[in-house]
Amino acid sequence: MITISKTKQLTLIQAITDGMRTMLEEKEEVVVLGEDVGKNGGVFRATDGLQEEFGEKRVFDTPLSEAGIIGSSIGMAMNGLLPVAEIQFLGFIYPAYEQIMTHATRMRYRTKGSFTVPLVIRAPYGAGVRAPEIHSDSMEALFTHMPGIKVVCPSNPYDAKGLLISAIEDPDPVLFLEPLRLYRAVRGEVPEEKYEIEIGKGKYLREGDDATVIAWGAMVPVAMKAAEQAADKGISCDVIDLRTLYPIDKAIIAESVKKTGRCVVVHEAPATGGLGNDIISIVNDTSFLYMKSPIERVTGADVHVPFWALEEHNIPTPARVTDAIYKVIHF
Amino acid sequence: MQEEFPMIQIMDQNGKITDTSYIDQIDKSLVQQFYRQLICMRAFDQKAINLQRQGRLGTYPGFEGQEAAQVGSALALEEDDWMLPTYRDHAASITFGKSYNILSSWNGRVEGNLPPKGKNILPPSVPIATQLPIAAGIAMANKYKNSSQAVIAYFGDGATSEGDFHEGLNFASVFQAPVVFFNQNNQYAISTPIWKQMHSETIAQKSIAYEIPGIRIDGNDIFAAYFETKKALERARNGEGPSLIEAVTWRYGAHTTADDPTKYRNQKEENEKRRQNDPVTRLERFMKAYGFWDEKLAEQIKGEIKEEIDGAVKVLETMPPANVNDIYDYMFEKPTWTLEQQKEEYINHLRGER
Ligand SMILES: Cc1ncc(C[n+]2csc(CCOP(=O)(O)OP(=O)(O)O)c2C)c(N)n1
Repeated sequence: MITISKTKQLTLIQAITDGMRTMLEEKEEVVVLGEDVGKNGGVFRATDGLQEEFGEKRVFDTPLSEAGIIGSSIGMAMNGLLPVAEIQFLGFIYPAYEQIMTHATRMRYRTKGSFTVPLVIRAPYGAGVRAPEIHSDSMEALFTHMPGIKVVCPSNPYDAKGLLISAIEDPDPVLFLEPLRLYRAVRGEVPEEKYEIEIGKGKYLREGDDATVIAWGAMVPVAMKAAEQAADKGISCDVIDLRTLYPIDKAIIAESVKKTGRCVVVHEAPATGGLGNDIISIVNDTSFLYMKSPIERVTGADVHVPFWALEEHNIPTPARVTDAIYKVIHF
Repeated sequence: MQEEFPMIQIMDQNGKITDTSYIDQIDKSLVQQFYRQLICMRAFDQKAINLQRQGRLGTYPGFEGQEAAQVGSALALEEDDWMLPTYRDHAASITFGKSYNILSSWNGRVEGNLPPKGKNILPPSVPIATQLPIAAGIAMANKYKNSSQAVIAYFGDGATSEGDFHEGLNFASVFQAPVVFFNQNNQYAISTPIWKQMHSETIAQKSIAYEIPGIRIDGNDIFAAYFETKKALERARNGEGPSLIEAVTWRYGAHTTADDPTKYRNQKEENEKRRQNDPVTRLERFMKAYGFWDEKLAEQIKGEIKEEIDGAVKVLETMPPANVNDIYDYMFEKPTWTLEQQKEEYINHLRGER
């Protein structure tokens, strides 16, 4: 049976709004909260119109306090609600880090499931929009290293809506990272109805035989561009959008790397302790004997995101990724 | 500020009722309940400390001296209210219905964190003050659901210096959430005395900033703890928002069994002075003065309590060994592949099937 669903053309941020709207309509337990999410619709307008539509009880502004937002959301989540908390920029989540680490992620663990925290934390992340200090951080590894929270990061409107709905439906805490650079840079067909994308599953965006390029979020278009440029030189690449950073889709990595024997990982976060290292260890565990060359990483340096006059020098570019592709090919 | 936040007492140090507004609510069953629970909790605490000294329990934070504050406030709760205790609030938790299994958490057993079925008692919060924004959130959800459940959150004087204290109070105040912030000012945060913790004279006055009711009670007066908490909880239930209670009290003992208070205070002298104002002695004085004292019943209660606590120790000491699966099985509702793999590898290792 073919079901034809109605779709609309949405930007990534509109798809996120649509995901929240879908869940606000479906479940009375869903509440949206954060700094300026109400009338203002969030600093990026992710919650635009939601307060008007659902009222102040469902979509509300909070005091300016990240620990307060996450702490109170943990309480609400433990007591039957499904809070979707917005942190204005990932770089401002640090005051709430304690709440996430000491309570959100361990409530189930320390009570053997007597209490649980079905909480979603949304946070725009990443550089490339010439924002002031701290606004451009992409410290996802601080959270993938944190036991007890799932980390999701879409790169396109379709995935954004489906993953956000899955995150809200998920019985555990989920950090939902939004590549702010792509908020309005990409448009796509998004079904009007509710649909879910399984957390923990990556996706092939392009298929090829010579090398595997792995990226997520804002680095996906960079990886795609590099793969196109490599194709002009006769090199065909698998491009994998990881979509979930914890738990990572081990199977898709293993499958692709076994086929190509070469791998490039792209992330804008600092190299040391970054997720690239986990991906290398997955390749090591699953496909070491298939490898024809060492894995290359294209990442930010171990620096804070430079002030914006220099930030472009720290974000991986298609050219740096193609260099890495040539390196794994010509090893 | 001391004048604006006078210490509320219902019963004075000699056991005399000085505020008669609650007199008709003070009956035999309430008094006996107070008495039984106070001496039971003191015996529990002493037992735990003895067990620790004998090497039968890990590091343990005692609460002797704080029984009235904890028991009185906990008895003020309704069955289905929520409680967020700290690591020192065993008396509050047990009084509210938590089993003595709480002891096992001091032997490193997660079982000690579990609430009795259907009871909203959170595990003891170890990171200071972090439970306070959560209490606000639980209360916000109660308000959202039009539930009549109220929330009580316990914390010490040191906790008031943390941002989370202020964030929790502010959230509760902004959203007028039904929560009672119950502070036990036991004068010390480990070795740091209250006068080095804050420049303000009282903790109660911190409520001014949030425009919520703040009161200072004699924390060794179980009547004050009970009736004032009840009032605050009722206010919460009636939609009148949060409140802050500062219960001024004293812990006789060390911060934990791993701490030596003689290093930072004149332990013997201070305690001798404080014994005059002991929460249990005070209630006994009251009972004797007002015709509630029954020597035979007191002996009987003591016997029952001993049995109860010995039973709890037996349960503690006959627990089956901790289950290794518990390490992995409660991180998420469904384990991730990383956890499944890590568990399998380790269990295989244990079986010697490398
Ligand atoms: C965030 C945090 N910092 C430090 C500690 C270590 N610590 C444990 S108890 C304590 C003192 C707390 O004093 P207070 O809030 O007055 O409570 P009390 O122990 O007197 O009941 C400290 C500093 C901790 N548990 N959490």
